[in-house]
Amino acid sequence: MKQLLILSGKGGTGKTTMATAFIKLSSATAYADCDVDAPNLHLLMHQSAKAIESDYFGMPKAEINSQICVQCDLCRENCRFDAINFDDGYHVDPFVCEGCGVCEELCPVGAVSLKPEKAGDLMLYKEDVVFSRAQLKMGSGTSGMLVTEVKKSMKSAAEDAEFAIIDGSPGIGCPVIASLSGVDMVLIVAEPSISGIRDMERIIETARKFQARIAVCTNKFDTNIEIAESIEAFCKKNNLPFVGRVPFDLEAVEAINKGNSIIDSDSTSGFATRVVYKRTMELLSK
Amino acid sequence: MEGTKIKIAVLSGKGGTGKTLVAVNLAAIAKNSVYIDCDVEEPNGHLFFKPEQLKRHDISVKIPVVDEKLCTGCRSCVAFCKFNALAYINHKLMVFDEICHSCGGCSLFCPEKALSEREKVIGVVQNGKSEDVRVISGIMNVGETSGVPIIKEILKYANEYQDITVIDCPPGSACTVMESIKDADYCILVAEPTLFGVHNLNMVHDLVTLFNKPYGVVLNKCVQSENPAETYCTEKNINVLGKILFDNELGTINSNGLIAIRQSDKYFDVFNQLLHKVSEEVQHETVVNP
Ligand code: SF4
Ligand code: SF4
Ligand code: SF4
Ligand code: SF4
Repeated sequence: MKQLLILSGKGGTGKTTMATAFIKLSSATAYADCDVDAPNLHLLMHQSAKAIESDYFGMPKAEINSQICVQCDLCRENCRFDAINFDDGYHVDPFVCEGCGVCEELCPVGAVSLKPEKAGDLMLYKEDVVFSRAQLKMGSGTSGMLVTEVKKSMKSAAEDAEFAIIDGSPGIGCPVIASLSGVDMVLIVAEPSISGIRDMERIIETARKFQARIAVCTNKFDTNIEIAESIEAFCKKNNLPFVGRVPFDLEAVEAINKGNSIIDSDSTSGFATRVVYKRTMELLSK
Repeated sequence: MEGTKIKIAVLSGKGGTGKTLVAVNLAAIAKNSVYIDCDVEEPNGHLFFKPEQLKRHDISVKIPVVDEKLCTGCRSCVAFCKFNALAYINHKLMVFDEICHSCGGCSLFCPEKALSEREKVIGVVQNGKSEDVRVISGIMNVGETSGVPIIKEILKYANEYQDITVIDCPPGSACTVMESIKDADYCILVAEPTLFGVHNLNMVHDLVTLFNKPYGVVLNKCVQSENPAETYCTEKNINVLGKILFDNELGTINSNGLIAIRQSDKYFDVFNQLLHKVSEEVQHETVVNP
């Protein structure tokens, strides 16, 4: 299965809009939303059937049994994450606990145990096409592991699919690193602003660490043509294929608010997106 | 707001909604304020402030190192590590730095005392001034997985300086955001007038409710047509602190990395009003829920 991952370094650049257009244009039979923190793809990809849901368990959390605890303070002293507090007794803050198990191992009387905790939901739509996504429970860490699960469940449900599109997660941390592993190519959607350039540079640097092939396009390029041009110059200098510019388009915003894709209408942005699509697919098939 | 220290966290379900725009301009207008950029994966606030007299210091975490002469290959460290950051292969203990959470357990429990710890730099804190605003940014190194230790470190500055601290939160609602809002007195949720905007607003709304924080919404990029985010606020009875209209002038100022209130009288007024509104809200909160 060839996998194309769409990334942007930061949200709001039009990554999901681009992913939706790509899924429609390629008639992809497998796709996934790796933004497990704030997933949006399902808002545009209308699913007729209900998802098969399963619980996702991340790291377990420590729990202290105050009946047994002899208040020796060893666990609190040694918890590197400051997850253990003392007031009327010893308590673990589940939002901060990373489940490392140090406290459990140290406790002289066995008052601490690690309990599995649900950290999110996995959702798999499996009709003619396979769509895998997830929602991380509020405040849970380890979203990288959940991203890996999302990709795994897409792959195993769509074994025969030749091609898959993955909507990536924002940032450069663990969920992005997890979404990068094993993909054939990364399309980076950049926004022409001083911060957009910085975000793009950081995400390119991250993607390079994973030896992924990279292509770049700009979205809303006409909101700052000068910076849009310097993005293209940057790509040229660094030998990164530049695959097109999509203009800012209020029509696109309205299309998305109606839950449509920008390629559904005859808009300028829709046309430009088709060009980006065509060039990206040519590169991918090389 | 003389004499009262308040911490305002600015968040949004996702990037790109104008969170940094709001945070940067609020801090700039507040005078003698501190701006803390907790979006350590993509910190952009300093690109606007261009702070001077920069002081930097590294942030590091502890990673285990093995003394091969002492290690007997008992594998108890491997068995202990819940993150699979250790492996014993070919008579050698391997440490996978990127997935180590620096819990310290392996060194603590090695029966031969063969493990010790070294510092590994994962990012920097940058501290500077832009006019009268103290600008603190945490910048995570590329290739690192978690910015939480950096966020913890930079939030310490919130207590050190002036009256008003504005915290620019990371996107999303994961652990890093919770870390950033934990001590905030007030939360501003920034929302876009789109379908995505509502979905993301809904998530951060749940988060601030869960944390019992007083909050209000700023509607950004408003256009003439229907605003799903505004409808959401009306339905849920959420306080709208202000509306920023979609505007090419603002777009250009912003994309060129400039601060709107320092460029335009119009935006000076917009953010001045917002600051007053928030200050009133915070005072009201301290009276009602002291
Ligand atoms: S499991 Fe680890 S992080 Fe959680 S409370 Fe125990 S020592 Fe702290
Ligand atoms: S280590 Fe065990 S006995 Fe000691 S304070 Fe912690 S829970 Fe209580
Ligand atoms: S616990 Fe200590 S002695 Fe045992 S394998 Fe690990 S480092 Fe070596
Ligand atoms: S410090 Fe903790 S996470 Fe890191 S290798 Fe040791 S046991 Fe594993």
